Amino acid sequence: MKRSIRIRVLAASALALIGLAACGGDESSSECPTITEGKLTIGTGTPAYYPWVADDAPESKQGFEAAVAYAVAGELGYADADVVWVRTGFDEAIQPGAKNFDFNLQQFSITEERKANVTFSDPYYSTNQALVGYADSAIAGATSIANLKDAKFGAQAGTTSLDFITKVIQPSTEPFVYDDNAAAKAALEAKQIDAIVVDLPTAFYISAVEIEGSAVIGQFPLSDAVGADNFGLVFDLDNPLAACVNEVLASLKESGKLAEIENEWLSGYTGAPVISLD
Amino acid sequence: MALGLHRRAGHQPRLNSRKEHERRQRRRSSLIAAVSTLVVLAAVIVLVPRMPRWDRVKKSFFDVEQMRDSLPRLIDAFWLDVKIFAWTTPAIFVLALLIALARNSRSPALFPVRALAAVYTDVMRGVPVILWIYLVGFGVPGLGLERPYNSPLLWGSVALAMTYSGYVAEVFRAGIASVHESQRAAARSLGLSSGQTMRFVVLPQAIRRVVPPLLNDLVSLQKDVALVSLIGPIEILRQANIDKAKFANFTPFIVAALIFLAVTIPLTRLTDYLWHRQQRRTTGTRVAA
Repeated sequence: MKRSIRIRVLAASALALIGLAACGGDESSSECPTITEGKLTIGTGTPAYYPWVADDAPESKQGFEAAVAYAVAGELGYADADVVWVRTGFDEAIQPGAKNFDFNLQQFSITEERKANVTFSDPYYSTNQALVGYADSAIAGATSIANLKDAKFGAQAGTTSLDFITKVIQPSTEPFVYDDNAAAKAALEAKQIDAIVVDLPTAFYISAVEIEGSAVIGQFPLSDAVGADNFGLVFDLDNPLAACVNEVLASLKESGKLAEIENEWLSGYTGAPVISLD
Repeated sequence: MALGLHRRAGHQPRLNSRKEHERRQRRRSSLIAAVSTLVVLAAVIVLVPRMPRWDRVKKSFFDVEQMRDSLPRLIDAFWLDVKIFAWTTPAIFVLALLIALARNSRSPALFPVRALAAVYTDVMRGVPVILWIYLVGFGVPGLGLERPYNSPLLWGSVALAMTYSGYVAEVFRAGIASVHESQRAAARSLGLSSGQTMRFVVLPQAIRRVVPPLLNDLVSLQKDVALVSLIGPIEILRQANIDKAKFANFTPFIVAALIFLAVTIPLTRLTDYLWHRQQRRTTGTRVAA
């Protein structure tokens, strides 16, 4: 794995040197190939959720990830009309066969382990974990994870939130794991769990829209055991387009455009009491 | 083949040549089977690695390092499957036997019981297991049970026992129906009561006859245990799912499949063996392909 990373870094820097000009506006250039020439095919979730994509309609450019996708496309030199959306589940995005998208964004957390099988862009958003539960539950008002040891937790399968529960909160009982928020909600209602752990913007969305009567009980600061939840665009392994997109992301960060998009869609999603990790 | 006849006529040359012919036929069949197996295996071994993205598929599904890494976690999680299996199986058998007996009751006064048992098996078998798991696993605790009585493990197991008892009850019923009416008549004429007839004459024969289909249901249950993970508990398939997402690699599912096979293959072979033994006992003849 180490060697492949080194090769990828070499390849990326070589591409950066050779392809700087080419990536600026010439989409048909071989340094930044796309699966359909002249088009940029972007994958997202099925369905895609607010605030990442508004109304499950990424073409509208509404929602944080939809807006980021169009900003990246624009910087790569694609007109809005040349952006094609495809829908994939998580598994389709990581399967070994040829991909039907140039890149995929649906809150994929960048982790070392996953890098052996897919290529990630640099992060386009970083978030932390938060707790969603009923306001009248036993753990409402918790100020430190010491208050949470005997609580029962749920998480969605395959999320970094599950890692956060087992590695950082370390509750006395094994967490429960669900396929989707509907099941987590049913478990909350049946009092089988006290709270679910999700990333902060999702926590606000779930508590406001999906689980009536629930609230964001608190958010956790970043920890050493489980670092920030960095979201990255997913590419087919060693897709050279990743290097081009990284440059674009860097320039979007530098120009303040990315911060602007984040401000527009996610700024309301930060104010929850902080639960300390002591 | 009819053994008695064969033995008696064994020394006659005409039948000896038939035996010879049969032996040749058998040898030829196994040769064909061996060659065709080898051809298919060779095709897979030679052709698959030549496919353009085999390297990626190999890494995604057959990563040896990933196997080693996931194996202990998966075996750990598999214990939960074994436990659920272990405590639901007796419950299923008891429940199913009661329902089968209810359906086989003959007293006119027990008609409502018979009708209820029939409705139970119809509904349990007609509705997907997943729905029962959600409905019972979330629904019953949702009525206001407190911990630990609202445990998803408990109610998930109850849901499994409910659905499977529907299937197994039908197997028992078929077994009971297969015992010839003359057996009952003989038992009753010996002075056994209706209950005693069922207990000492009908059931022992019926259950022995349905052992193979019962084992078949157990093999199927052993896989459906994994559905309990839908309502929270982390068993082997869920753990494989978690590992898959964590490493963006499907290898953990292969490992889970191997662990399942390690249990189901001996169980199915046992079923086959029991079935063949029963065939030999009851029919005593076999026609070659």
